[in-house]
Amino acid sequence: MTPTIKVENLRVSIPLAAGVLHAVRGISFEVAKGETLCLVGESGCGKSLTSLALMDLLPSRAKREADRIELDGADLLKLGERDMAKVRGSTMAMIFQEPMTSLNPAYTIGNQLEEGIRLHKGVSASEARERAVYLLEKVGITGASSRLGQYPHQLSGGLRQRVMIAMALMCGPDLLICDEPTTALDVTIQAQILHLLKDLQREFDMAVILITHDLGIVARVADRVAVMYAGEIIESGDVDEIFSRPTHPYTQGLMNCIPVPGKTAYGERLGTIPGIVPSMIGEMTGCAFANRCAYAEDICLKTLTTRELVPNHAVRCVRAEEVAALNAGLDTATASAGSPA
Amino acid sequence: MTTTPILEARDLFCTFQVRQGMFQPKRPLHAVNGVSLSIEKGGVLGLVGESGCGKSTVARMLLGLQEPTSGTLAIDGQPLQEIGRKELAKRVQPIFQDPYSSLNPRKTIGSIITLPLYIHKIGHESDRRRKVEDIMDLCGLPKRAYDMYPSQLSGGQRQRVAIARALVMRPEIVICDEPTSALDVSVQAQILNLLLDLRRELGLTYVLISHNLAVVELIASKVSVMYLGRIVEEAQGQDFFRDPRHPYSQALLASVLTPEAGLGVPDAQLGSTFPNPIDPPPGCTFHPRCAHAGDACRTIRPSQIRDSRGLVECHLFDDAVAV
Repeated sequence: MTPTIKVENLRVSIPLAAGVLHAVRGISFEVAKGETLCLVGESGCGKSLTSLALMDLLPSRAKREADRIELDGADLLKLGERDMAKVRGSTMAMIFQEPMTSLNPAYTIGNQLEEGIRLHKGVSASEARERAVYLLEKVGITGASSRLGQYPHQLSGGLRQRVMIAMALMCGPDLLICDEPTTALDVTIQAQILHLLKDLQREFDMAVILITHDLGIVARVADRVAVMYAGEIIESGDVDEIFSRPTHPYTQGLMNCIPVPGKTAYGERLGTIPGIVPSMIGEMTGCAFANRCAYAEDICLKTLTTRELVPNHAVRCVRAEEVAALNAGLDTATASAGSPA
Repeated sequence: MTTTPILEARDLFCTFQVRQGMFQPKRPLHAVNGVSLSIEKGGVLGLVGESGCGKSTVARMLLGLQEPTSGTLAIDGQPLQEIGRKELAKRVQPIFQDPYSSLNPRKTIGSIITLPLYIHKIGHESDRRRKVEDIMDLCGLPKRAYDMYPSQLSGGQRQRVAIARALVMRPEIVICDEPTSALDVSVQAQILNLLLDLRRELGLTYVLISHNLAVVELIASKVSVMYLGRIVEEAQGQDFFRDPRHPYSQALLASVLTPEAGLGVPDAQLGSTFPNPIDPPPGCTFHPRCAHAGDACRTIRPSQIRDSRGLVECHLFDDAVAV
């Protein structure tokens, strides 16, 4: 089966006065129908630029290069601006972080919902309205038909995000990209919105790329995970595999940074990742994480390879096997130390 | 216990007059509707609840930035009105959420942290510099940051500057309003560690406002849950997280996404409607979203039940009311 989206060696660079900033440095992934890929990483790792690159919505001075970007088997790199506009919002749609700034305050909800489908599919006003009401009900908005005449400021944050989701689904996209869809929302609303996204994904059989910095969301929503650092995917694999055996030292560091209810004791110090992200201006040799890595050796500064530890678990680290072995050793050591003698 | 709490609030009310439309008359919005709090010296009070529940208004009142409509606030047994604005600022300091907007971009880090000393006329020029460098060191800022501008620092470093500025006056109480929400997870860990260390070293008392319940669980010794301007549950931190009692607390905790793969997204069954605080529901304000709501909940306002475990405001725990 062909994946819904297939990306090979995607690069995004931004020319600056100080040199060329390589924000995304050769990443590849694919997402199949009905599957969720989570791109996770900290600010500046290139996860949002990746999503904008797929949509061809990068700022004009940023340059996008790739060996291949295919949506449903069609080459997106060959499309001109006009043809790309036909794909955007129709076969691939996007939900942004801040629902207040991504809705137009001067137009009604109904207006904004119906605009896309009328342009893309050329349906009549009444058909568009019907679809809008249907989707508003689907996303759990009561009294949908009366909401169509309301303006964004009349809705709460949770409702606005639901409207955004309904809007993204208007044309029945095959690929839905969600960039931090719940960061601006309360925990209770966050759970509801994620629940809703999963339900809709199942119902409409969409491929979903979800971008987040929250490992809690990743664990609960993803089928597969790609951890990004300094513009590269440094570890990827099935969600169970990544959470049970995080192997790249950066992934491990991230997991130790977050307080986990039930595991982190009251008042316990959290793990930290010393140092800062290196400058991404100019060419980089070796591993970008080497300057912060406890396992780094001379070889890490020279070469960098991606190693597949088991099928569906790849780690971009020359010492991946050694690090994995060390961790396995540690696990058995702590397990035996913890068991009553 | 006979010790005077370092911070005590009794029956705080804060009502705003708001207009819903251009020609509509003003109506009262009870942002804080009878809140009592107390915190022992060296403790950490976690204040949790959804946006719009009034937790930030409580924080503003504790800082003396918002006059309560009625009710009393006392620090070490001394009423806030008697303390005076400048004296209060020496004893209670805030740390805000967003270190990008809470620091003046045109001032150097040194002058940002020195400003409180200057205003309160503490120490001489050279003395101040030493004080500031001490506190910068304590907060993990390098000496060279003294002459830098906020734009030259990372988000985590900026939050360290905000913390240093709050602590340079050696306050007793620090009000932390979402101190790590704007930060990356690895930076959040560093700031939380710093807050834990500083509390131990300087004997600080924190009021921590956060929607991240994992963070609250990590550092709060006591938790108060707010809903529509009222505290609906209060308990010792560990008790609260082991066994929350109010249905709203349970729903909040059930919504937390712990990083455990394969569990799926929880459904807390809360419904999507956070009620309009201008028209709060009758009876228990939580009843439209509550799975346990009975007839009594729709009509009778629950009273506060205090017992050995703390406080809970729910008919389920009131023997006098049948739900």
